[in-house]
Amino acid sequence: MPDKRWILGMIAVAATALGVLAFGSLGDNLVYYWNPTELIAAGDKAYGATIRLGGMVQADSVEFDNKSTDLAFTVGDGTTTVRVEGKGMPPQMFREGIGVIVEGTLRKDGVFESRELLVKHSNEYQAPEDGEKPDLDTLDGEADAK
Amino acid sequence: MTIALLGRLLVLAALGAAAAGAVVGIAAGRSRSEAGLRLARRLVYAFSVALIGANLLMVYALLAKEYSVSYVAQVGGNAVPARIAIVSLWSSLEGSILFWGLVLGCYCAAFAWRTRDKFTDVMPWTLATVHLVAVFFAFLIAGPANPFLDTPAPIPTDGPGPNALLQNHLLMIVHPPMLYLGYVGMTVPFAMGVGALVEGRLGAAWMKATRTWMLAPWGFLSVGIILGGWWAYEVLGWGGYWAWDPVENASFLPWLTATAFLHAAMLRERRGILKGWTIVLLIATFSLTILGTFMTRSGVFNSVHSFTQSAIGPTFLVFLAIVLVASTILLAMRVHLLEAEGEIRSAASRESMFVLNNLFFVAFTFTVLVGTVFPLLAEAVRGVKVSVGGPFFNRMSVPIGVSIVFLMGVGPALPWGRAKRDEVLTALAVPVGVGVLLTGLGAALGVRSFWPAVTLFAGGFAGAVSLRDMAVPVRLRLTKGEAVGDAVVRAFVRGRRRYGGQIVHLGIAMIAIAIAISQSYQLSEETILEQGQAVGIGDWTVQYEGTREEVTPNRRSTIATFGIARNGAPAGTLEPRMNVFRGSMQPIGTPGVRSTLTEDLYLSVMNIDSEAGVVGLRAFVNPLVYWIWSGMFVIALGCLVAAWPSRAAAPREAPA
Repeated sequence: MPDKRWILGMIAVAATALGVLAFGSLGDNLVYYWNPTELIAAGDKAYGATIRLGGMVQADSVEFDNKSTDLAFTVGDGTTTVRVEGKGMPPQMFREGIGVIVEGTLRKDGVFESRELLVKHSNEYQAPEDGEKPDLDTLDGEADAK
Repeated sequence: MTIALLGRLLVLAALGAAAAGAVVGIAAGRSRSEAGLRLARRLVYAFSVALIGANLLMVYALLAKEYSVSYVAQVGGNAVPARIAIVSLWSSLEGSILFWGLVLGCYCAAFAWRTRDKFTDVMPWTLATVHLVAVFFAFLIAGPANPFLDTPAPIPTDGPGPNALLQNHLLMIVHPPMLYLGYVGMTVPFAMGVGALVEGRLGAAWMKATRTWMLAPWGFLSVGIILGGWWAYEVLGWGGYWAWDPVENASFLPWLTATAFLHAAMLRERRGILKGWTIVLLIATFSLTILGTFMTRSGVFNSVHSFTQSAIGPTFLVFLAIVLVASTILLAMRVHLLEAEGEIRSAASRESMFVLNNLFFVAFTFTVLVGTVFPLLAEAVRGVKVSVGGPFFNRMSVPIGVSIVFLMGVGPALPWGRAKRDEVLTALAVPVGVGVLLTGLGAALGVRSFWPAVTLFAGGFAGAVSLRDMAVPVRLRLTKGEAVGDAVVRAFVRGRRRYGGQIVHLGIAMIAIAIAISQSYQLSEETILEQGQAVGIGDWTVQYEGTREEVTPNRRSTIATFGIARNGAPAGTLEPRMNVFRGSMQPIGTPGVRSTLTEDLYLSVMNIDSEAGVVGLRAFVNPLVYWIWSGMFVIALGCLVAAWPSRAAAPREAPA
């Protein structure tokens, strides 16, 4: 039946178009997870791409301006450090020495421009691991410290 | 006997019943033995009773703080209130698999009971399939995810309490069970499809029953997905409700194929076509629920939802492989037996719109699947850690989604068979008018970008078609001289499935419009406020009034109070907060949300410095979000109307 063949042909064309479109826009929208060493090693490839940069906030590196909400700090992984700049109030947990994931892009001047800042939570969304000691004192301890 | 031992015995009993049931079911299918079928059915009941018992036992152990049971030691806590203790049944991996078993048992028992005198040819194979799935889950509970292990000595006297996020909001209590009811329920239609395939026969009555058994889980899954979005919106504090997170996608994928099935099944029913295709959709839906569970439970993704890194992941992958391979072999051997009884005679007909609808749903599924699985493949093959950004999903899914909403209007407006030109024009005229009107109204209110405007048109058009479709039977009865009340009631009772379907369509149209507008016209403001300072956003003014502390046995909250005003008129206060739960160090924010029919004011605190009297505030104005949640209730209502079991076959009226 020629009719049926025609329909199948249409479907094949549509499927191909969808595939090309899907894989085409996939490439443009990939977000890479890198640490500072990998970021620097990536060289030119890093500019312009969306990157999630993971690392530790370095000691004495945090600058924050209450008026303009300009935030700057350095992220390191033990071997390499990268300066991060962004705008906006950091999350409550943010402090020096804590693990963070910064989503953003690398500028030509080597500064990483942050669009979003996430603090790496050790167990926020996880049940305690086997053998992990329940942290029952934290609550009271922190309340006292305030 | 200890509680843990009793629990293990109950789970083993369930495993035994399922394994025996699978063997008996297959034997009954081969020998066509009535007695065998009866035994297979009784073993379904036995499986479900054993798992109901095991779940009740676990709830008891959680309430009684029996820390000798491993799962209680893991998620229980002396300070946990009873309500939370009960729901912590599904707060962690082992418990949630046990709960899964409960839901599976209840579904299968209900199915075995409702079909007890019917379909004796297909039922043995169907029950055997149900039992095989049950064997897998009973094996998980008995083995890798056993919640009834003995806690190694010394037995603790207190526990850490469940996942803090679970305790933080009421929605988290209802969202997971709804998803489970949706996910697990897909087992029954899958088994029915396999039964039909083995038997090599897919009759209209069986198809209709399969569709009904799909409706309930579909409704639960729809509600579960939207509740998940609602929870994210009310708890996570980033101002949105959907982020194309892998695990969100995991719940959305089977929804897409299940929706495609619900439509393809009607083609099978009405025209006797696409028999093999409907079964492919059933298999795909079930496989996607297993894939989804794998993605949620294995910790392969960095996600809000990844519970634990656990050894259970590979087990799911193996099960998925078995399901796929067995189904493919079965399809290859059997699908030629399912001959089409009819054909599509015209492109301008409801059936061709249904085919188109299925193509779009498959395209949607493919897109989301590619975007979700790609990072896994990239890491496995090339060892790079990547994720696929939201823009990919939005770029692909917006055109597909809008097309589906538009088709949702075209389909019901066209008749089965072959449409006459003037018939089509009359049927479409008013709905198209409504769509244009809504787009115009939107434009007047500032909706001038392409996709939101198109969505307004498609949604308005489809919604109007739904309303018209509900009004037509009533009008027909009125012209025959029936009283208004009688006409409405009779039209409704006679066409319950049609009404249910159109109510669901209305809900979808509402949600589609609400998503398009809320995604495109969100306002946001990020600022730091000192006590007494105010910030304006849209029509709203937000003033920081101060901070207070609240300590309960289970959590400590820092609450920031904001006075809000809309167009200068005071509108009370909003109190976003930071909570620290017992047993966890991380503060979890809870945003303050003021919902109105037209827009939500959404305040989220990033940071509270009570000593300095300063807060970091993120404020959003989200238009129409309220309509997403309302749409959920409309969808649920539609499903209830369509799937509510009929007491007996209603006496047929004489054909006019």
